[in-house]
Amino acid sequence: MSNINADIIVEAIRKLECDLPEDVEKKLLEIREKEEGLSRIVIDSIIENIRYAREEKVPICQDTGIIEFFVKGSKGFKEIKKIIEEAIKRAVKEVPIRANTVNPFTRENQGENLGRFHPIIHFEYEDNDFMRIDILAKGAGSENVSCIYMLDPVKGIKGIKEAVIDTIRKANGKPCPPIIVGIGVGGNMELAVHLSKYALLRPINQRSPYEFVRKLEEELEEEINSLGIGPMGFGGKTTVINVAIEWAHCHTASLPLCINIQCWALRRISIIYDGKEVKITR
Amino acid sequence: MKIWKLSTILNDEVIEKLNIGDIVYFSGILFTMRDMAHLRAVELLRRGEELPFDLRNKIIYHCGPLLKGLKVVSAGPTTSMRMEELEEELIKFTGLKGIIGKGGMGEKTLNALKKYHCVYMEFPGGAGALAAKRIKSIKEVYWKDLGDPEAVWVLEVEDFGPCFITMDSKGNRLR
Repeated sequence: MSNINADIIVEAIRKLECDLPEDVEKKLLEIREKEEGLSRIVIDSIIENIRYAREEKVPICQDTGIIEFFVKGSKGFKEIKKIIEEAIKRAVKEVPIRANTVNPFTRENQGENLGRFHPIIHFEYEDNDFMRIDILAKGAGSENVSCIYMLDPVKGIKGIKEAVIDTIRKANGKPCPPIIVGIGVGGNMELAVHLSKYALLRPINQRSPYEFVRKLEEELEEEINSLGIGPMGFGGKTTVINVAIEWAHCHTASLPLCINIQCWALRRISIIYDGKEVKITR
Repeated sequence: MKIWKLSTILNDEVIEKLNIGDIVYFSGILFTMRDMAHLRAVELLRRGEELPFDLRNKIIYHCGPLLKGLKVVSAGPTTSMRMEELEEELIKFTGLKGIIGKGGMGEKTLNALKKYHCVYMEFPGGAGALAAKRIKSIKEVYWKDLGDPEAVWVLEVEDFGPCFITMDSKGNRLR
């Protein structure tokens, strides 16, 4: 087994919810200097909030989201599922995280953040003795304005750009900008969504290794910021903190595109077992 | 841009003075009301029934707080636009005077703000820990059967803000 237990996962969830990754916080400090008026006051509040949450060990945002787990390794999948379930149950009381999951028809909330198909865990086989768990907590404000398109292939890169800009313009202040945009291009419908989530896990400013994708990321970032939506939609220079694109080959008749919008509070963390010890890292 | 320190009991005279771009810090009580509380309240009011709490001249907060025991630990605003369909009726029936949320609201609410002398304000989205710092206690809770995030929590607040006026009672909006 991987030596990963519920204590470590609860600890990772606490850090995930109460402290923002360094790269995101650094970027917000840079943004502060560019903004003025109401938008600057908004960024000041955000920075004060991040610091206060860290000191007091309380969640940054009351919407502690749906916590999603991406598990990679070669063994221990059965055990890790049980451990994650136990950790989620405990985290509701110990961190705390808000009980967010409800029955979609009756809206009944059982209060444990569990339920049918929860917690959401993706398993990916990797041929080694390590285990890596990437954890993402995403709130509904930004998830609700995220979009999946099945574009006509003839629309090409121009069509991709138009769909991204249109989605962000419509989302306006709703997803708590400045936002991070994770984009999945290609695959099939569900793979495009999956890729967009992986894009959100990538460190800020770490560009795609593919030259044509890197160029698209940079162009989109510039175009989104020129919309002028600004922090909370109050107007300003910064609408987007980062654009990251992941891609896969797709059907000759398809051009799947998922635009995953993430609020400024990008809450991600990883647990890594390297064969010897377990580490919580970002 | 003006900065105000106000009580959470409002009246038409005060509402009239508030303009878009102003910032308010509130002391008093707020009623959290989001999706399901809006739905239940409006359904009751349409049938001519009364709510178990009085919203006249008061402020509602689009928020589903995060609690640890009986302490609010994080309580920022939720996206207001989801309440757009029901807000006009809630304002009309109850006589509430202020709404705090995030992300802005639509034309229907903007018209209702003008007609019934009410304002819409925004607390910085995601700043839940900071909001909770300004919440002193939980006075009361209604409709707990809706689940903790959706229940109506009556919160005692002190200098709760910054609340940015983004839609005023004169038909103006920031965006």
